[in-house]
Amino acid sequence: MRDTFVRTLTELAKEDPKIELVTGDLGFGVLKPFWETCPDQFTNAGIAEQNMTTVAAGMALEGKTVFTYSIGNFPTLRCLEQIRNDCAYHEANVKVVCVGGGFVYGSLGMSHQATEDIAILRALPNVIVMAPADLVEAEECTKALARTKGTAYLRLGRGGEKRIHERIDNFEIGKAIRVYEGERIAIFSTGAIFEEVTAAYEQLKEMGYNPCVYTFPTVKPIDREVIEKIAGEFELIVTCEEHNIVGGFGGAVAEVMAESAGRKARLLRIGLNDEYSVRVGNQKYLRQQYGMDATAITERIVREVSKDEQR
Amino acid sequence: MNRNSEQLAWLIRRHGIEMTHRSGGSHIGAIMSVADVVAVLYADVMKYDPKNPQWEGRDRFILSKGHAGASIYAALAEEGFFPVEELKTHYANGSRLSGHVSHHVPGVDFSTGSLGHGLSAACGMAYAARKDRKDDHRVFVVLGDGECNEGSVWEAALFANHFRLNNLIAIVDHNRMQSLDFNENTIELEDFGAKWKAFGWNVIEVNGNCHSELKSAFAKAEELRSAEPHKPTVIIADTVKGCGVTYMQNDILWHYRFPHDGWEYDEAVTEMHKNIPAGVVDPYTPDGIAEPTRHTDADDIGNDHTFTKTWNTTYPETMRRVEAAPGSDEEVREIGGAAK
Repeated sequence: MRDTFVRTLTELAKEDPKIELVTGDLGFGVLKPFWETCPDQFTNAGIAEQNMTTVAAGMALEGKTVFTYSIGNFPTLRCLEQIRNDCAYHEANVKVVCVGGGFVYGSLGMSHQATEDIAILRALPNVIVMAPADLVEAEECTKALARTKGTAYLRLGRGGEKRIHERIDNFEIGKAIRVYEGERIAIFSTGAIFEEVTAAYEQLKEMGYNPCVYTFPTVKPIDREVIEKIAGEFELIVTCEEHNIVGGFGGAVAEVMAESAGRKARLLRIGLNDEYSVRVGNQKYLRQQYGMDATAITERIVREVSKDEQR
Repeated sequence: MNRNSEQLAWLIRRHGIEMTHRSGGSHIGAIMSVADVVAVLYADVMKYDPKNPQWEGRDRFILSKGHAGASIYAALAEEGFFPVEELKTHYANGSRLSGHVSHHVPGVDFSTGSLGHGLSAACGMAYAARKDRKDDHRVFVVLGDGECNEGSVWEAALFANHFRLNNLIAIVDHNRMQSLDFNENTIELEDFGAKWKAFGWNVIEVNGNCHSELKSAFAKAEELRSAEPHKPTVIIADTVKGCGVTYMQNDILWHYRFPHDGWEYDEAVTEMHKNIPAGVVDPYTPDGIAEPTRHTDADDIGNDHTFTKTWNTTYPETMRRVEAAPGSDEEVREIGGAAK
């Protein structure tokens, strides 16, 4: 996913000299295509994320479209106030890019796992929050952000994600994407956990369920229209995110559902249950351990539905 | 508008007294210490156009120590960016003039208020100009000395040197005090100039309340741009906190306290009127105050309000390392050292 981002941004930067990429001394072997192709549009700001973010704001106020790049919590939580005061408040054209949303850096430990970033960035006015599900969404998000003024957060996986969507027509910031039609159960997901969701979908189909599936590449602004429509027609909405269940994508969906007049559906949020990940292991292992791999997602949904049937 | 820097500095101070007096706003000490730096910048150094605040060729300016915002608002109003009358709305409901600097005010390039951000933003602006080969403007940023406790200042200092931002000029309002005490009793800064030098900057140290020294410093900074074209420049402006009103000087009380009705306001205005430059009319009390209220022995004046005065810690190292007589403009001296 990060390679897709870098390739896409490089293509865009070749056409648009205003695009700048500033890294906080990360991206070894990853950013090379960019700095080789557009050396005048590349900056290494060193291991200093606070300064990097506000430098980006200053450059943006002089007309640049600046992408800041780092991993995990470094480009977000480490310099949150710089994003708030200097980027978002000034509506500066800064796109904060994080590689490693969720458990990507699995065995590196808690410091490197970004599991509250969506909630925190989503709470900032003037900030678009995007978490692409696969390589196709990553490309579309990057293109859309480059042509949209203002401050945004782009949360990427790392490598190894697949193309799941065949193609996306009419991609728009703020619009959810329907992947499968279905009935009774709707699964909403954001970010790279989508690969687990598609596997869970297959399992559920085999068991005779017929859920619909949407991805939400944009968490903010959230697609109210889709949520309200599904909430009125379906019995259960399940949100999946590689993130704390508090305040993130599930929280955003819950807010809309709670205010939705004709709501029929109830909500099941799947994600990290308000804890830090303390176990050691790779991304796949941690998803299993914390109940958000395909099997766990399927089990949670089946259990939730059977509660209904016992009533 | 065509005022000289002495006139502008006096007006900034007078507005500062009035604005904090009316609003109950804080930070008059910092407004007074930085007034001369701001006045020289707006009267003699920077290019700008009040009719076109976003003029591409203007020098950029950031007040990183945003708590001294009243000084900038006063300068901008006096230079014609918005009506002087509006200064009276400082802090008021519905006003544009927040206590800390806001970019919603014409002439302000960047909002500040949280310390340690302004130098980075100035770096970004200067860096973008260098990338675009724009040599027609410079970027000025004013920092506080206490602000230099913030680590991000030094991140930016490294960046500015690395990217050879010689179009960046930082000025530190070195009034030697921060929120609770003198810098040296809080987090030691000295040898301050040597620190900037070690970070690769040209360092000019001057009396920051002296206009001729400030003007020479800015001229020197221009010379250094060509003589040492790879370096950014910092002017360390040695100032007195509260400068211009004797009872406020070197007294940490006036970091937060505002001049109240009675002797505080009256003595401040009366002292200022003794030093009013020719050609300046006080917009609030044009003839001064006829019968000013004076302080009495019962009033809190000339007392030491620093925390280390009373902070008798059991920690073996003493934290109180410097002092200066409250209500004086004497330089900070080591404890036990002779007053100058």
